[in-house]
Amino acid sequence: MKPSLWTQTSGWMQTSGMRRRDVLAGFAAIAMPRTSGPLVAGFIYNGPKNDLGYNQSHAEGKQALRSLPWVRAVEEASVPETVVAEESMRDMIFQDGASVIFATSFGHYDPFTIDIARENPRVQFFHCGGLYEEGKHPRNIGIYFGFIDEVEYLSGMLAGLATRTNKIGFVAAKPIPQVLRNINSFTLGARSVNPKATTKVVFTGDWVLPVREAEASSSLVDQGIDVLTGHTGSPRVIVQTAERRGVFGCGYQFNQSSMAPRGFLTGAEWAWGTVYLRIAEMIHAGKSVTDGGIPRRLTGTLKDEFCKLSPYGPSVTESSRARVAAAKAAILNGSLEIYRGPMRDNQGRMAIPAGKVLKIEDVELDRMDWLVEGVDGKAQG
Amino acid sequence: MLAGMLVFGVFCAALGVNPLLVYASIYKAGFGSWYSWQNTLVRASPLLLTGLCTAIPARAGIIVIGNEGAVVVGGLGAILGGLATLSFPPFLSLAIMVLSAILCGGIWIAFSVALQHYRGVSAVISGLLLSYLAIALMNQLIEGPLRDPSSLNNPASYPLTPDHRLAYFSGTHVHHGLIFGLIACLLAWFLIERTTFGFAMKISGGNVRAAQLSGLPVGRLVVISGFLGGACAGVAGMVEVAAVHGRANESLNAGYGYVGILVAFLSRQNPLGVVLVSLLVGGLLASGGMLQRAHDLPDATIAVLQGILFLFILLSDTVYGRFKFPWAQSRETKTNAVAA
Repeated sequence: MKPSLWTQTSGWMQTSGMRRRDVLAGFAAIAMPRTSGPLVAGFIYNGPKNDLGYNQSHAEGKQALRSLPWVRAVEEASVPETVVAEESMRDMIFQDGASVIFATSFGHYDPFTIDIARENPRVQFFHCGGLYEEGKHPRNIGIYFGFIDEVEYLSGMLAGLATRTNKIGFVAAKPIPQVLRNINSFTLGARSVNPKATTKVVFTGDWVLPVREAEASSSLVDQGIDVLTGHTGSPRVIVQTAERRGVFGCGYQFNQSSMAPRGFLTGAEWAWGTVYLRIAEMIHAGKSVTDGGIPRRLTGTLKDEFCKLSPYGPSVTESSRARVAAAKAAILNGSLEIYRGPMRDNQGRMAIPAGKVLKIEDVELDRMDWLVEGVDGKAQG
Repeated sequence: MLAGMLVFGVFCAALGVNPLLVYASIYKAGFGSWYSWQNTLVRASPLLLTGLCTAIPARAGIIVIGNEGAVVVGGLGAILGGLATLSFPPFLSLAIMVLSAILCGGIWIAFSVALQHYRGVSAVISGLLLSYLAIALMNQLIEGPLRDPSSLNNPASYPLTPDHRLAYFSGTHVHHGLIFGLIACLLAWFLIERTTFGFAMKISGGNVRAAQLSGLPVGRLVVISGFLGGACAGVAGMVEVAAVHGRANESLNAGYGYVGILVAFLSRQNPLGVVLVSLLVGGLLASGGMLQRAHDLPDATIAVLQGILFLFILLSDTVYGRFKFPWAQSRETKTNAVAA
């Protein structure tokens, strides 16, 4: 059966969960070719969409598309990084008539998104953080990602202001560049307001290991740490453990304030809604990533609202808020750049020479393999 | 089964979704179009084989639930056989993969059945525990000696070359593994219903003492039935490796083994019933994504439906014959008459 026929029936059968407008749109799809019906966007996440972490941040971004009446967004959660991902994407294309697919997990990219994109040259694919190779990968794939270092820096400032023992704990998944960047920017933020603060890092080894994350958090608290944060698939357990042990917690990926009503300070969270709205608008305007109308790589920073600071917890004082607000303003107007030399790593080597400033988008930062001075931990395994 | 569907309907309603529309979606996503049928067939083909893994030994009176382990071990056997014969002609290599999968899966289950028969270790327990061993063995292999260094995030074995993989029916995404499943079901049916071996197996399943008294080699019958069941599940693993993934990785333990238990019980251990039930359950599995996309139901919804169905099948098996319903009684007398 042809996919266009499929969309006709599906419009009719699913009336209960839909509003009248959607039903009409479904009928419109019968009369018109597929491209002029609603824009159907399919999302796949590799974990549950209520993980208070990375997956939920994307699911919330998808919700932002609700504001566009001409978009119908469908999603599948817990899509493993196997051929099952290919099947999910194919189903979205053939059963729902999706003309744009957002694959949100790093492991969904190679080879699954690449294969399906090759199979369906008229569908546009957007992958979060994939390593696109020009000439080798199909042209109907776009990559989007955000640089969250500056938000980590601001979050780190609050940690530096809050700590009494001058010891901050960081529970991280793996020592890959993106994680090291977050550890470093968080530490830089903390030490910008409290030069005596140090960060102790524990690597758990994988993205979703709640038990090990809890153990690591707890043992950090035993070592006298009084602010905890982390970078895992969802640091909810880390923030939760901080609250249980009576220390402060900073979140990551998504707003985790509900996990720590007393000790939550803030956190760096994604705002994928910005990205999804922007891509949807561009497609609506007839642009396509295949012919270069939509940039192959769509990246953004705090300034572009690809990421943001979580709402402050109750223990954050007025003066702390003012200092963070000032730093944020300085980042936005370009007067504060967080990777400014001279900067030494924690082995005493010069990581960024004096007089050199690395912009957030600089590709050199994507190869980061060092931890900044003030971090207690090893960048390699 | 109807009662089970009713309870699932209440579950959906509790989540704020109209159950009738959920069933409509399941129908559409599983059977509503040729595209959906292909999805269903892809999922049904391992179920045909894993269903037999429980159904065949059940006729000999042994409850096997180690299907998942046999699938994994069969898949491992297949990838070992396949990687060792990469230089052979494709057909020969595939034949070796099948053979290796049959041996691995068969011995795996036969071992667990033999433990029950000769040492009194329940095959239910040993099968379940052996599944964990199988998964651990697989992880050891794909993270160690078999690991393809290019599989960074998701450890996997070295891949098979494209021409050493099972082909697809032209113009579809259904692979030839489906044929294996159908042949296996037909053979199993023939074996059980039309041969002396099958008859002897059923006798020892029905009454061990009677079988022993009439001089049947019960031990051998039971272990062979376990081997045949395990061989089927092993082939399911081989099909997953050779047709779907092209390599062995964690996706081998995707749950087809456990769903096979459900298939066997739903079909009342009848190999031809396994065909029908596999299609039905395959369709259910195929609709999992659609339920999420169309109704915003949680991703575990289909697992809930399966669980409810299974409970009701077990319940009806237990309750059956305990109460004196007039209609049930008349059916019972009829069965007795036939048996006599």
